[in-house]
Amino acid sequence: MSRWLGGALAAELAADPTIERVIGVDTVPPSPAVLRRLGRTEFVRADIRNPLIGKVIAAASVDTVVHMNISSTPAGSGGRTPMKELNVIGTMQLLAACQAAPSVQRFVLKSTSAVYGASSRDPAVFTEKMHARQVPSGGFAKDSVDIEGYVRSFGRRRPDVDIAVLRFTNFIGPRIDSLLTGFLRMPVVPTALGYDARVQLLHEDDALSVLTRATTGDFVGTVNVGGEGTLLLSQAIRRLGRVEVPIPTPALGSVGRISRRFGFVDYSPEQMRFLNFGRVVDTTVLRTDFGFTPRYSTTEALADYATTVPPVVSPGLVESTSSRLRAALGRVGDTAAAVGERLRPAPPAPGLRAVQDA
Amino acid sequence: MIPLRPDDDEPFVPPAASPSWEDQLAGGLDFLRRRVTGEYETDEFGFDPDLTDHVLLPILRPFFEKWFRVDTLGLENVPDTGGALVVANHSGTIPVDALMTTVALHDEHPARRRLRLLGADLVFELPFFGSLSRKLGTTLACNEDAERLLTEGELVGVFPEGFKGIGKPFSERYTLQRFGRGGFVSAALRTGVPIIPCAIVGAEEIYPMLGNARVAARLLGLPYFPITPTFPLLGPLGAVPLPSKWLIAFGEPIETASYGPDAAEDPMLVFNLTDQVRETIQQSLYRLLMQRKGVFG
Repeated sequence: MSRWLGGALAAELAADPTIERVIGVDTVPPSPAVLRRLGRTEFVRADIRNPLIGKVIAAASVDTVVHMNISSTPAGSGGRTPMKELNVIGTMQLLAACQAAPSVQRFVLKSTSAVYGASSRDPAVFTEKMHARQVPSGGFAKDSVDIEGYVRSFGRRRPDVDIAVLRFTNFIGPRIDSLLTGFLRMPVVPTALGYDARVQLLHEDDALSVLTRATTGDFVGTVNVGGEGTLLLSQAIRRLGRVEVPIPTPALGSVGRISRRFGFVDYSPEQMRFLNFGRVVDTTVLRTDFGFTPRYSTTEALADYATTVPPVVSPGLVESTSSRLRAALGRVGDTAAAVGERLRPAPPAPGLRAVQDA
Repeated sequence: MIPLRPDDDEPFVPPAASPSWEDQLAGGLDFLRRRVTGEYETDEFGFDPDLTDHVLLPILRPFFEKWFRVDTLGLENVPDTGGALVVANHSGTIPVDALMTTVALHDEHPARRRLRLLGADLVFELPFFGSLSRKLGTTLACNEDAERLLTEGELVGVFPEGFKGIGKPFSERYTLQRFGRGGFVSAALRTGVPIIPCAIVGAEEIYPMLGNARVAARLLGLPYFPITPTFPLLGPLGAVPLPSKWLIAFGEPIETASYGPDAAEDPMLVFNLTDQVRETIQQSLYRLLMQRKGVFG
């Protein structure tokens, strides 16, 4: 909860007078900026991999658990091994603690649409009923598939607990720190040569609203959460005024390693597949059963994010270049017309000839 | 009033003046500006109408009009609005027939309909081809995508023969192969849209496939590696298609709505409808072949 989304959710819940206590758990203390907004939220510095988490849940007789401690990048948690440990073992520990605590009535999982995988064999749009055609082979997507599996079996063992699984598309917005925001903040964005992914985005405000609603509401089941509409990755890069550098897929891996070393973004194989094919989810369940329509469409969410990243290729420059070219074109056209008129004088008006013929 | 000439009834419409080169250049400039700033629309299937209208269709049009001199027949069988499934025979070593049918329906149909093609997964696996196909409006041939497009009222094009049709030897030209597993029929039944059988004559002769280099195909991971009279003998020149004369005929729609959506679960009905569509296309292929004066005529 020390990152933006978790902190914002805690602040939102703390502002709700019907909620008695809000407890936030993270391994690192929240930044001063997050801390200021937290209000009456109690912070417990604990690791979900540690049995201490069970004590926290039992002592406070927690009734609703929101699990969002899933790391999407190896860089964020110090390598792939600790990342997998945090994601999978952490979830198992947390679920074990929840199972032992009779007070727990509701469990909300912040999952991801990455569980659908990304391949050339995929249907264009995934509904909640569909499964990955190619089960993600590793990384964040594989972890998320495993985590959803553990949550399902937790649901079988504790049928009295209401479980909501939220499959989010890529987050974007001025404040949130997500894989895609880091990726698109680079002035020169490497992409897979010959491929163009379809991306569906979710604005951070909508993500927060959905999480709050899932925590306090009574939705049970799995729901895809994403903004209306899609963009192509190349299109998104152009809209942000970035420069796209298509790189052959085999070389993309080494570029990813270099960019990881310099602390930019890292590409894992599954993220590369996402860059190749993209992924779109159907949000009918979100709008009907869950009862929430995102305020921002994919395009609007990107536009809101764009206000915080200065473009490399500024739209003003494009505009002025194109209008200057157009003016030049007009001048050339006028000259050509004048020359043409001199060479071939206009034929006499046809009306006159008709009179002569008569 | 007695008309002086029978065709006086129709008001005279002056032929639309082709836009001046200045307007064309200005339009091109506008297009470039849109492309640089990303201000165009794409849909969830990756379809990019801006690119299709301004780049892809203009590239295909000369082939349609000048090279293959395509004659389009039976356009009145394609509805102006609403979903419909166009089912056609597949041939020609590379799917030029799909592209020409797209041009035919966009340029010749009064409602300028866009054909949303369904392609094999191999298409999307390949770099460039995959992303360009998506931008042209193609999506993966699977029931989920087909039904989604049909429900949205799109005109969907499918070639149920798949690689069996497109990669068959020249000696078997104009004989329909097996029609997949009838997935297209169940998609039409579930969405209640009409099936429009479409026969394409001419595509068989563009790259007459005399042989199949199986080893090369396996090495490249392709379903077949064509050997034509000009390829690979003449190298890149072999990629120039022969200028055969094309006919594309849309047959009478076969309605499916009366069966109800549950009929998709009835395999016997699905098989029968599949056979009916296949038979209709085969008969209309024979008819068109009789009609055509010569392969290049």
